[in-house]
Amino acid sequence: MNLPLTSEVLSNPDVVVQLKLADWDLLVRQARRAGLLARLAETLVGLEGEADIPQAVRWHLKAEQVLSDRQKIAVRWEVGQIREALAGLNIPVILLKGAAYVMAELPASRGRMFSDVDIMVPFESINQAEAALMLAGWHAQSGDAYDERYYRQWMHEIPPMVHLKRGSVVDMHHAILPRTARYHPDPVKLRGEAVPVKGEPGLFVLQPVDMVLHAACHLFHDGELPHGLRDLSDLDLLLRYFGRDGNFWDMLPRRALELELARPLFYALRYARHFLKTPVPATVDADLVSAEPPLLKLMDAVFHRVLGPDHDSCRDLLMRPARLAAYVRAHWLRMPPLMLARHLLHKALISRREAPT
Amino acid sequence: MLRLVEVDRQDLESRLEGRGLGIRTGPFTVRVQSDIPSVADGLVFHYGQFELWESDFHDFHVSVGRSQGIRRWVSRQANFAFDGFRPFLPLPVDQAFPMLEWGMNWCVSTHANHLLIIHAAVVERNGFVAILPAPPGSGKSTLCAGLVLSGWRLLSDELTLIDPDTGLIYPLARPVSLKNQSISVIAEFSGEARIGVAAHDTAKGMVAHLRPPADSVWRQREPASPGWIIFPKWQKDAEAMLTPRSQAQTFIYLAQNAFNYSQLGERGFLAGTELVRQCRCYDFTYHALPDAVHIFNSLADEKKATT
Repeated sequence: MNLPLTSEVLSNPDVVVQLKLADWDLLVRQARRAGLLARLAETLVGLEGEADIPQAVRWHLKAEQVLSDRQKIAVRWEVGQIREALAGLNIPVILLKGAAYVMAELPASRGRMFSDVDIMVPFESINQAEAALMLAGWHAQSGDAYDERYYRQWMHEIPPMVHLKRGSVVDMHHAILPRTARYHPDPVKLRGEAVPVKGEPGLFVLQPVDMVLHAACHLFHDGELPHGLRDLSDLDLLLRYFGRDGNFWDMLPRRALELELARPLFYALRYARHFLKTPVPATVDADLVSAEPPLLKLMDAVFHRVLGPDHDSCRDLLMRPARLAAYVRAHWLRMPPLMLARHLLHKALISRREAPT
Repeated sequence: MLRLVEVDRQDLESRLEGRGLGIRTGPFTVRVQSDIPSVADGLVFHYGQFELWESDFHDFHVSVGRSQGIRRWVSRQANFAFDGFRPFLPLPVDQAFPMLEWGMNWCVSTHANHLLIIHAAVVERNGFVAILPAPPGSGKSTLCAGLVLSGWRLLSDELTLIDPDTGLIYPLARPVSLKNQSISVIAEFSGEARIGVAAHDTAKGMVAHLRPPADSVWRQREPASPGWIIFPKWQKDAEAMLTPRSQAQTFIYLAQNAFNYSQLGERGFLAGTELVRQCRCYDFTYHALPDAVHIFNSLADEKKATT
């Protein structure tokens, strides 16, 4: 299977010296669609090939870097505001995903674009935390009564909280998977090993193995995968960085089994290798043998398609069935069959009818 | 170098319907695909003097196409897409050409974050530009059209592109969008005005475009230095008059009306303050276009005499 040009360049940036102008045209378009243009720009800085980047391409890279630099500053500032709003509660606030990468100054924050800040608080504190954020200007916004109930009863997060003035969004979680999901990684275990953020009392990030497991479980439980390759690239950068510590690779599969996340980890490692040539020691494969899914060839065909950039150049005749399969699979894992049937029926018939046209 | 006017109509249409027609507009290159005849008509009418861009790299890949399936026959709609992504809802097909113009402005204003982009018309004379920021309805486009039909060079009627590194302003000379009464005002103002087919009932009322002067198009790679920031306001029976305004106030207005001021952060602040520092800032009320042009010409002559 041919890899998208974007993933070839991210996994081996030195190939840029061989790119023709038409390849650059495709690369910029694919990477932009995948949300990876800023990361591509950051990846090429300082490389030998940097001097060979055609003049016409340069502003595209620079413009995205301007945006991602600015977003990093904005995220730091928003995180500070969230910390202040929640400071009185004396609860541990764990930053997840992009905000965690930025605050922990990880390579995965390079060229990372954001739409929201994800945090996790203890389940029993979620009402208090919501009230505190409301006082600071964030308000939960769900689409309709059904969505509201869907979030509150079944999900692992409350509806996205949007700041009235700034429009910034906080996604507040109490777990990393829906309450209705097949697997139940225990949030208490995650919290127990969380690492304080330097200089930000009260704020934590997940320990390295958990951070990887969360990224994996998030990616492989999301049915829509609009940023599949970007999330995979985050994983790639996390694995390359944390993987320099020998213990990391022993701990990772053990922790995955403990948290019931061996399957998503299996997929994450498999497709990170496939798309981005992430170096993973063979011992890890041996540890994860039990997590190998049935129908692996089929899953490969599906994920090869749905994880690539959502761009014309990456579509073939099997794209639609692959997307459908990924969507159904993700929902299958999110909730039991009867509930799923009811949910999809509601989304298809009622939510659509009520949607503004 | 080939200009669009040198391409015959059949060739142009087959490019539009096939791999796309490449054109250069200011610092950017665009590849346009379309199966709508009014888009081809609009390009022939307005873009004759533009350079054909036959390269393997284009900055923006856009299309304006008819809706597919049943909508194609029922509602006759046009869709704008940026490399397959649709930022706008479809519009009636007779608005396809304006939609292409709005779409290309959207491409520039949402992506070109290496530049500070202000929502303002910009015209040049004797090497210095006048930036005309103003809310819709203030007569900014009408004044801009009047000036470019009187020997000022058109840089843009919508987007002022400022390079934060050099402080220079880049041209984006394209058709000038005229609304409602300004269409007849401009047609009567100059015998040289070439105005395209009007689209009726758009979100902005009736819209027609003024063809950009050939000289402005030929010089679209030539940046210029900031000279004035002038806030025009059309007022019935008002005498054409400039009133100095504070640089601080002007800066704040520009920052609020820039497309990407906050995204640029410190770069945006430095570029904005430097721009305002180099400019004379005025409020300008006018009623009759010839009087307005006269005042602008004296400003330009004065500047020429002192530099």
